[in-house]
Amino acid sequence: MSRITKTFERLAEEGKKALIPYITAGDPDKATTVPMMHALVEAGADVIELGVPFSDPMADGPTIQLACERSLKHGTSLRDVLGMVAEFRKTDKDTAVVLMGYLNPLEAMGYPEFVEQASAAGVDGVLVVDMPPEEARSVDSMFEEAGLDFIYLLAPTSTEKRIKTIGEVGRGYVYYVSLRGVTGSAAIDVDDVERNLDRIRQHVNAPLCVGFGIQNAEAAARVSEVCDGVIVGSALVSRIADQADSPAQAIKDVSGLAGSMREAMDANAAAEA
Amino acid sequence: MSINTTEKQATDFNVEMPDANGHFGIFGGRFVSETLTAALDELQETYEKLRNDPEFQAEFDKELAHYVGRPSPLYFAERLTEECGGAKIYLKREDLNHTGAHKVNNTIGQALLAKFMGKKKVIAETGAGQHGVASATVAARFGLECKVFMGSTDVERQKLNVYRMKLLGAEVESVTCGTKTLKDAMNEAMRHWVTNVDDTFYIIGTAAGPHPYPMLVRDFQSIIGRETQRQCDEQIGRQPDAVVACVGGGSNAIGMFHPYIKYPEVEMYGVEAGGLGLQGDDHAAPLSKGKPGVLHGNRTYLMEDENGQIMGTHSVSAGLDYPGVGPEHSWLKDVGRAKYVAATDDEAIAAFHKLTRLEGIMPALESSHAIAYAMKLAATMDKDKVIVVNLSGRGDKDIHTIAEMDGVTA
Repeated sequence: MSRITKTFERLAEEGKKALIPYITAGDPDKATTVPMMHALVEAGADVIELGVPFSDPMADGPTIQLACERSLKHGTSLRDVLGMVAEFRKTDKDTAVVLMGYLNPLEAMGYPEFVEQASAAGVDGVLVVDMPPEEARSVDSMFEEAGLDFIYLLAPTSTEKRIKTIGEVGRGYVYYVSLRGVTGSAAIDVDDVERNLDRIRQHVNAPLCVGFGIQNAEAAARVSEVCDGVIVGSALVSRIADQADSPAQAIKDVSGLAGSMREAMDANAAAEA
Repeated sequence: MSINTTEKQATDFNVEMPDANGHFGIFGGRFVSETLTAALDELQETYEKLRNDPEFQAEFDKELAHYVGRPSPLYFAERLTEECGGAKIYLKREDLNHTGAHKVNNTIGQALLAKFMGKKKVIAETGAGQHGVASATVAARFGLECKVFMGSTDVERQKLNVYRMKLLGAEVESVTCGTKTLKDAMNEAMRHWVTNVDDTFYIIGTAAGPHPYPMLVRDFQSIIGRETQRQCDEQIGRQPDAVVACVGGGSNAIGMFHPYIKYPEVEMYGVEAGGLGLQGDDHAAPLSKGKPGVLHGNRTYLMEDENGQIMGTHSVSAGLDYPGVGPEHSWLKDVGRAKYVAATDDEAIAAFHKLTRLEGIMPALESSHAIAYAMKLAATMDKDKVIVVNLSGRGDKDIHTIAEMDGVTA
C-alpha cells in the first residue's frame, strides 16, 4: 500500500481530514525547502505537494508564477528537487510527498530515469498539471510499477465521462480544482464544491482533496467538512514571498498558517464527531 | 520507450493527420490542465461538425473573397529570378491580404467559429502585434469584444500595432511575467481563458497549441497552398519543384505545405529564424537546434535547456520569436517530408532590401527569411525549375526597425 493511501486510512480512523500544503521547491532558495517541509509536518501536514518550478506555469496565477521565478533564479532543477526529497526522507519516513508541476522538465529528464530516481528518493505521487489521462496512457504503467501514484485533477467543468475515466486511472487521491481559474484566484464557494463533489463521488473511490481559493484557517475548516483533504498553495507561497529575504521567518510564517489550518480543521472534525 | 523518436519507416502521406486525439506521429496532442479540457472538447466537437458543413464553408469562402480580398496573386518575380541566376521565383502574395498578412485567414475562420458557438468575447495572444491586429480586425467586423495579450517588451517595441488594436476597439493587456514576450502572452491568454471559458473564445494565432488548434489553424490557412496549386496550373502549367516559407509557430508555412504533403515531387523548405547564428543560443530555431518537449498544450520541438526549462529566443522579426513550433512541422521534419533550415537576421535584412529594390515589394521581416533562403536555393537550381515562396506579410510594420538599423529616424 502506498504511503498516500496509508495516510488517508489513518486519517479516516482518526476522523480527521488531510492537510496538504504546497510549496515550490527552491523558493526562496534551495537550502530552505527541506527545513520548511519538516516545519510543515510539525505543523500538521499529512501530505506535502512539492512544486517543481517551470519557466511557463500556464495554470498558475501570479503568486506561484513568481515563486517559480524566484526558484529558477537559483537554477533549481528537477534533479535538485529529487535531491531535496531524498534529504527529507532521511528523517521522515511517514509523510507522503507528491511532486507537482508541468510535464516538460520530466520529459527532458526522460521517463525511465525519472520514475527510477523519484522512487529511489522517496517520492510517493506525481501530479503533472498538463498531463491528462489520455496522454499519460503510454507511460502510466511505468509509474505504477515504480510505486508512484499518478494524481489527476478534476474541475467544475469536468464531464461525467471524464470523471469516470479519472476514477478509473487516478491513484492516491484526486485533486478537485474548486473554481474556474488559475491558482490563487478568488475565494472558494463551499456549497458549489459540495454539489460537485457529490457528483464526483459517484464515480471516484479515491480520496477527494480540494484546492484553489483556500486562503485562511476558517476556509480550510469549512472546506474540510465536505472533502477528504484540503490543499493550500498560494496562501502559503505568498507568505514566502513576503519574507523571501529572511528564510527563517518565511518558515515560521508558513508553518504558522498551516498550523492554524490544522487546528481549525481538527476542531471542526471534533465538533462534528 | 520510444517517446523521443519517430520511426522513419515509409510514411503514407495520403493518411489524414492528425489522428482523433490530435497526434501527428508522436507530436501534437492535448497536454493541458483538466480545467481546459471541457472547453477544448466543445471546440473540437463544433469544429468537427462545421469543417464539412457547406454553409459554414460558404460563409468562410465569402469572407475570404470579399473581406480578405482573396485569391491573393501568384507573382513571377522576374528581376529577383535574374539576380539569382537559377530557378524561377514566384511569390504567393499573402502580403496583399486585408491587414497585410496571412494571419487574417485564420482569424476570420476562428471568429466564425466563435459566432457559431455563441461566444461574444474573443481573446488572442500576439508577439509583433500582427495576429493581435488581425484578431481585433475580425472582432470589429463581427461585433465581438476583444482582448489581446501582449508581452510588455513587445508592447514597448510595437507601439504602432498596439495603437492599431486600440483604434479597432480591442483592449491590449500588457503581460509582465517571464520573458515578457510572445510565449508569456500565450500563457496569460490561457490563464484568462480558463477563468472565462463560458463566454470567451480563444483565437490562437499559429498552428500550435492543444488539439484541435493545430488542425483548425492549418485548415484555415491551407487556402494558401490550394490557391497556389490552382494558380500554378493556370499560370505555369505545372506544379513547382519547391515551396519555401518562413517558420515561427509555422501557420503560413503549414498553410502552404499542407496541400502539397501528398505530392513528394514538390520539395518543402521551412525557414526558421537563425538570429545571430545557430552556433549560439541567440536564435529561434527549435526545428534546427531544439529537441522534442511539451509546451502550450502540444508535444513539439522546443528551445529548452538541459533541465527542460524553456529558453528565451532571439530574432530580428518578432513574429518568429517563439521557442516552439506547430506539431505538424515537427512531424514533417521527423518523417523527412519537409526540410527545415535557418536564415540569420543579417540574411533576412539583406533579402528585405533586395526584394524592395528589385521588385518594389517590401516584405515583412518574417517573410524576408523565406526570401533569403529561396534566393540561395534558386541559385543552385536549373533555370527551368520553379520555386514558390510564401510572401506571408508586408513590411510596413518593420520600416521602423530597418530605419533604426540604418540610423534613420523614421
